[in-house]
Amino acid sequence: MTAKPRLAVFKFASCDGCQLSLLDCEDELLAVAGAVEIVHFAEATSRMEPGPYDIVLVEGSITTPDDAARIQDVRANARFLMTIGACATAGGIQSLRNWADHQEFLQAVYARPEYISSLATSTAIADHVPVDFELRGCPISRQQLLEVLVALIDGRKPQTPGHGVCLDCKRRGSVCITVARGVPCMGPLTQSGCGAICPAFDRGCYGCFGPAPQVQPRSLTGHLLEQGAPPRQLVQLLRNFNGFAPEFRGESERLISQQET
Amino acid sequence: MPPWFLEKACLQDLLERLRDRGYAVIGPTISQEAICYDEIHTIDELPRGWTDVQQAGRYRLQRRADESLFGYVVGPHSWKRYLFPPQATLMTADRTDGGWSMQAPVEVPPRYAFLGVRACELAAIRIQDKVFLEGPYVDLVYQARRERCFVVAVNCTQAASTCFCTSMNTGPRCQAGFDLALTELPTGFLVECGSDAGSELLASLPVREPSAEELTAAESAREQAVHQIQRLMDTTNIREDLLTNLNHPRWQEAGERCLSCTNCTMVCPTCFCSSVNEVADLGADHVRRERVWDSCFNLDFSTMNGTPVRNNVASRYRQWLTHKLASWHDQFGSSGCVGCGRCITWCPVGIDLTEEVAAIRGDVR
Amino acid sequence: MNQTASLDLPLPACNPWLAHSVTIDRITPEVAGVSTYHLRFVDPEAARNYRFRPGQFNMLYLPGVGESAISLSADPRGHVTWAHTVRTAGNVTQTLAKLGVGGSLGLRGPFGSCWPLDQAMGKDLILVAGGIGLPPLRPVIYEIAARRDEFASVAVLYGARTPDTLLYQAEYDAWRKAGIDLHLTADMSGAGWNGAVGVVPLLLDRLPLADAARTQVWMCGPEVMLKYTVKSALRRGIPAGNLWLSMERNMQCAIGLCGHCQLGPEFVCRNGPVFPWNRMAPYLDVKGL
Repeated sequence: MTAKPRLAVFKFASCDGCQLSLLDCEDELLAVAGAVEIVHFAEATSRMEPGPYDIVLVEGSITTPDDAARIQDVRANARFLMTIGACATAGGIQSLRNWADHQEFLQAVYARPEYISSLATSTAIADHVPVDFELRGCPISRQQLLEVLVALIDGRKPQTPGHGVCLDCKRRGSVCITVARGVPCMGPLTQSGCGAICPAFDRGCYGCFGPAPQVQPRSLTGHLLEQGAPPRQLVQLLRNFNGFAPEFRGESERLISQQET
Repeated sequence: MPPWFLEKACLQDLLERLRDRGYAVIGPTISQEAICYDEIHTIDELPRGWTDVQQAGRYRLQRRADESLFGYVVGPHSWKRYLFPPQATLMTADRTDGGWSMQAPVEVPPRYAFLGVRACELAAIRIQDKVFLEGPYVDLVYQARRERCFVVAVNCTQAASTCFCTSMNTGPRCQAGFDLALTELPTGFLVECGSDAGSELLASLPVREPSAEELTAAESAREQAVHQIQRLMDTTNIREDLLTNLNHPRWQEAGERCLSCTNCTMVCPTCFCSSVNEVADLGADHVRRERVWDSCFNLDFSTMNGTPVRNNVASRYRQWLTHKLASWHDQFGSSGCVGCGRCITWCPVGIDLTEEVAAIRGDVR
Repeated sequence: MNQTASLDLPLPACNPWLAHSVTIDRITPEVAGVSTYHLRFVDPEAARNYRFRPGQFNMLYLPGVGESAISLSADPRGHVTWAHTVRTAGNVTQTLAKLGVGGSLGLRGPFGSCWPLDQAMGKDLILVAGGIGLPPLRPVIYEIAARRDEFASVAVLYGARTPDTLLYQAEYDAWRKAGIDLHLTADMSGAGWNGAVGVVPLLLDRLPLADAARTQVWMCGPEVMLKYTVKSALRRGIPAGNLWLSMERNMQCAIGLCGHCQLGPEFVCRNGPVFPWNRMAPYLDVKGL
């Protein structure tokens, strides 16, 4: 019998919502705690053991020079590094700064901006170190988190869904709000994971789980433009929690450059 | 058997007689700004005075000038949702001392009465019967629901721009596959009987013989639907034309517009692809095998040894269209398309299969 | 016309989704990453009723993980255990590899079409296999060994990437003794290897044929191997109608109802996996079908 895998949770620029999903597992949490040894998890315990770790969950994006250095250290101590959530996998909502003037923000927000040490961009963990598995979502789905942990413990490949949000809408019987009401929706471009909550409550999908495989955003935006959606609205639709994911980013930048010409 | 006439106010009797017989009545009702199929208890829940306006990628409800109860065409749902439910348990496995106890689920299947089934939808049910009941293997989930259901069809008296049932020889007239079939007139319904269960129910309803005027009015109401159908799909030699053009450049072109979002397959009343999920507790001591709707548009649908066989959108669009319109003939002896137009309306970018087929066949001719 | 005899094939009991409980009776390690699992039904009644034809497959079920379609590589005349030679690849086979003797799993089957033994009686028969493609043909070899007189010449052409990945080496002598002409090849040579080096279709190129028109070729292996074997066979004058192949696709329900394994008009799980080449020919060269 081998020792229980040592699990650590590290936080970068984020709201903590994803790591709280682990605590949110409630019933299953005890079973998780029984199967792994949680040795570093600031949200849950004051116990902070040094590495190396078998499984490292990384939440948040890289936004400061310190964090850029710290993630190297985390990686060096991680046998298996998994990013959890939109911030860690795509830069998060804070990556909106990547299209804006970072210095101007600092001047506007802080009385003494010279005390603030931050980077001009918010970037995904994978832009800095190799990542072994990315768990999407804002926040992540706790069922998916459990599945990945169980799979890691069992030594098999995690089974996370590969389909888009539209399929979940149809399974639950939601009527398509884009077709029936003309509401722009990221559903056709977005990976499933939430169970298609927003369209069931009359809102377009925000793309929380990031781009679905082989998406073609240009076809959707082209059709919505034809239907009269203003380009600015589509740019805002694309620039959400996963706005800096390459597929969404490419399309929002294309729409803007098209407007400028 | 000659038709009967049921006064409009007496439609409620039909609902109640069905409920007396233990049926849950599923019928059209307005929900989420569309005409959906859901359980109804009174005729006040029917979409009285509403219609739907449809085109590629667009659906809107609109007020009618009259008080018709069935004055719409087809909506986002199909009866497939009830006969082939989006989620169903196929098997359970529970860990025992010595291994696993594997059991079929114990289920009391629901008894549905479908109210407002259109001719194209009767054809779709017939096609799914062929798939799930008439092959070498029977699907028990479908069979349990199908055998117990009661079908009240309604003849179309209008058509949407997306309808092409006349091309597929499935409508708009309801010919068979129903227990009762209604044709709506301003004052009531002409009722035709299609089965013993239908005549048994009819005997409990306050029907009378229709007048000659009522018979003529019903005929012309049905004719109106025929005349309104503008869309055509030429099905001559369609199987060969599609299967001998698997490398046509149009597939690539359509693949650039298609979002691979699965909506067409989900709204299609005949698409039957599915996957099975393992639903387990953390220790995996109690496992449920849950079948869910799936789609050939999903990248991982064709995965073999870790690699998808259909690794781009164009190949998946081609798979769907050639299966639906061509290879379905080899598999089940008919087209898989009934011409209901749902895939055209509910495609978020308005891809129209009749146009794609015409483009591919245009080059062939 | 459907050439595969499907009507008289054994079908599983009435609920095709319900798995039988089976236990692992014995595990034979074959080559690196490949083992043969000998499975025994927990329910003796199910064991008594279980029959399969060479070429058919079972769905092996690991609760909580999923199912995998695995060909039967057992002797069809056996009645105690049923063997599956499995390469550890995906989640199901990885989990299976961790179960030891006595481990418990589920089994549905048998499913699919079978090799056309009846059509081969009195004829020359060539079985061609590549790598893990031999297990679906092994029941044929057992069947032929038991009924050797009913066939004319029988050759097995088998190749693997390297000599040490050739399966079932311990049985080769028995096969030869039973009158089966066995030819081996390896893509790459290795220590102590005196056999042929090169791809499997080359063995067919060189095999003397008594009467091409009366020769049947049955093949199983990677699609590229099938393609070149067919080319070689046709070049040698073997009629297209005498070529049969076992196909692989993503089989999930095994009963033609889930749609995953479609290839052109075929449900590979239900109409196949064994097909006459004629029926596959229009679709094999289309990319991404």
